[in-house]
Amino acid sequence: MTDVKMHVLVCGGTGCMSSKSQEIIDNFRRCLEERRMDQEVKVIVSGCFGFCEKGPIVKIAPDNTFYVQVTPEDVEEIVEEHIVKGRKVPRLLYVDPKTSEHISDSKHMDFYKKQMRVALRNCGFIDPENIDEYIARDGYMALGTILETLTPAEVIDKVKSSGLRGRGGGGFPTGLKWEFASRYSSEQGKYVICNADEGDPGAFMDRSILEGDPHSIVEAMSICGYAIGADKGLVYIRAEYPLAVKRLRGAIESARSTGLLGKNILGSEFSFDIDIRYGAGAFVCGEETALIHSMEGERGEPTSKPPFPAEKGFWGKPSNVNNVETFANVPAIFLKGPDWFSSIGTEKSPGTKVFALAGKVNNVGLVEVPMGTTLREVIFDIGGGIRGGKRFKAVQTGGPSGGCLTEQDLDTPIDFDNLLAAGSMMGSGGMIVMDETDCMPAVAKFYLEFTVEESCGKCTPCRVGNKRLLEILEKITEGKGTPEDLKTLKDLSGVIKDTSLCGLGQTAPNPILSTLDKFWDEYVAHVEERRCPSGKCRKLISYRIDPDLCRGCTMCARKCPADAISGSIKEIHVIDQDRCVKCGACMDTCKFGAISKI
Amino acid sequence: MSTIKSLDELKKIRAQMKSATELREKGQEIEKLVQVKVSMGTCGIVAGARETLDGLMEEVTSRGIDNVVFTQTGCMGYCHSEPTVEITLPGQDPVVFGDVSGNRISEIVERYIVEGELVDGVIPVAYKTIHE
Ligand SMILES: Cc1cc2nc3c(=O)[nH]c(=O)nc-3n(C[C@H](O)[C@H](O)[C@H](O)COP(=O)(O)O)c2cc1C
Ligand code: SF4
Ligand code: SF4
Ligand code: FES
Ligand code: FES
Repeated sequence: MTDVKMHVLVCGGTGCMSSKSQEIIDNFRRCLEERRMDQEVKVIVSGCFGFCEKGPIVKIAPDNTFYVQVTPEDVEEIVEEHIVKGRKVPRLLYVDPKTSEHISDSKHMDFYKKQMRVALRNCGFIDPENIDEYIARDGYMALGTILETLTPAEVIDKVKSSGLRGRGGGGFPTGLKWEFASRYSSEQGKYVICNADEGDPGAFMDRSILEGDPHSIVEAMSICGYAIGADKGLVYIRAEYPLAVKRLRGAIESARSTGLLGKNILGSEFSFDIDIRYGAGAFVCGEETALIHSMEGERGEPTSKPPFPAEKGFWGKPSNVNNVETFANVPAIFLKGPDWFSSIGTEKSPGTKVFALAGKVNNVGLVEVPMGTTLREVIFDIGGGIRGGKRFKAVQTGGPSGGCLTEQDLDTPIDFDNLLAAGSMMGSGGMIVMDETDCMPAVAKFYLEFTVEESCGKCTPCRVGNKRLLEILEKITEGKGTPEDLKTLKDLSGVIKDTSLCGLGQTAPNPILSTLDKFWDEYVAHVEERRCPSGKCRKLISYRIDPDLCRGCTMCARKCPADAISGSIKEIHVIDQDRCVKCGACMDTCKFGAISKI
Repeated sequence: MSTIKSLDELKKIRAQMKSATELREKGQEIEKLVQVKVSMGTCGIVAGARETLDGLMEEVTSRGIDNVVFTQTGCMGYCHSEPTVEITLPGQDPVVFGDVSGNRISEIVERYIVEGELVDGVIPVAYKTIHE
């Protein structure tokens, strides 16, 4: 038995690292050394715990204490109180917003109660830079057992029977994809490609998996290589993910030096190695054909399919492209069995899904739930409801290719097919919650700005059509739209969907179509009454002072940054609408409630 | 680490490395484990608490008992009976034993941790150590 009696896990994910977790780590090491306890207490830098909103996170084992929003200055107290004297530090525990109680164990926090971690199983649990810790958690056991006991065809059968579907957006059955790739001859070479481009705004699940558990991707790619008969793997990752790149590179190197990558892995006939390719960070480069062109050093532009990458992929060779999260599920399927996997989730979408929960919810972060969990559970139970006691309005899923869902859809069990049927999609797992102050035409405009910016420009419907859609949305949100514009939005959207070359253009109008469908009244208010019901569109609102309520205190005039308010002491004040920049400062200042937004 | 050449070797390494993450895995189900806390205030250490902790750990390991986790705490306020040890069996209230040294160590492991029967030298608990 070792002398180690306690583990201090400090989050080393990008989120926490940006709020000083490195300093926290250093302080722990120093404090423990000073007290000569560095042999008894081990400090571990882990991947993301998911609750980034409350980071930096420090977790202590074995008593499972979960400290939130820890600062470097708190370290001394944690060491002195918790580690030396065995007393928890209450002020650093999570406070349940509903009951105001301190909760010391993450298991009892609403954020974690309904989660189930399969793809994220090792994130926040192991040191991602230490291959031994991955091995301790049964790492490479799936690969080893497969090489010793299963034929490639049997591996594919098991993936098929698990029912795993691609987590990169389309939800295509992974086993079937592997089977296609396995059928093409490999004499000239064959590739396993991991898509780690993750271009959706707000999404960071793939990055977190690579940062927190990079070996699971190395292992899964090797399993795929064995199954389809490839000896080469490539990870396409954006250069803006430096920490993920560093951890992945480290994992590849340590796997290579222990013989888990390279020639004759674990004494078998199978040889496999992995390289990294860096992407420039364009959304369209996540589309698989564009991704392959980008890896070949060409422009990251899509080409039409077929031929699919399974037939003609990287350098024209058969290639299998899967998403990071898809791969992360693979070792778990072999460790626990395809039946275990298919028993989780819904019949047609087995397993779990990781979401990047963001927007107007109390608990922002990375959430993994069994498929079939409802939107309400994710937003209200795990997400802790809407921030600031406001009303829920909509949730946007599927990123720029997806759509908005409303109150009526909240009890929809989340899976690939249900979200499509409800008028949105799973996509890669971005989930942005909106409240009553969000304006839906403005939301649609936000996504269109993104797609117009990211279109590669190769085909006309996407390049010109989406630009037109954006112009119309700009008109509408500025109060210059007409009822005809609404019709144009709808018709043009249909044309773009039908005629664009790749998925970017084909899905770009989705945010418009779904908001038109579900928030028609809001569009009508903008074009017919020149009014923005949620009070978001600056050009459509104005601030007024009610002469009956104004006491002439001059507070608003003094606060106004644009000198738009005139009136002297004890006289009724007036806002000059031409000068007003609509900042709302006057309304917040007036103690008499005389100023309102209309 | 040198190269791993077979599944058997991988399994061996896994067995060696298990202890690296064991504490964390145990922690996820802490309420199902026996928790042993040794009082490590100044007086405790003077009275031999460190030897007691080592002795308990050795005793538990040599018997192959794997559901016990050890932690240390500050002075529990029983300076007259140091070294003191608090033991929480799964689902039960904590019990504090005084003067735990010498052969009382194996006695407590054998009779209380393994068999669950109380032995002499229990100090009534009139305080709270678990700050929730
Ligand atoms: C415009 C566009 C962007 C995409 N971006 C990504 C991405 O960032 N990551 C990803 O894994 N898949 C992305 N995809 C989907 C990929 O083309 C491909 O379907 C996926 O990587 C296949 O992996 P899977 O079967 O494991 O989901 C994108 C597709 C389109 C049309
Ligand atoms: S749809 Fe848009 S992104 Fe896709 S190929 Fe055409 S122009 Fe490029
Ligand atoms: S909204 Fe801002 S700019 Fe307009 S009157 Fe009020 S304080 Fe001045
Ligand atoms: S980055 Fe620390 S909890 Fe997510
Ligand atoms: S200045 Fe008009 S109410 Fe304050």
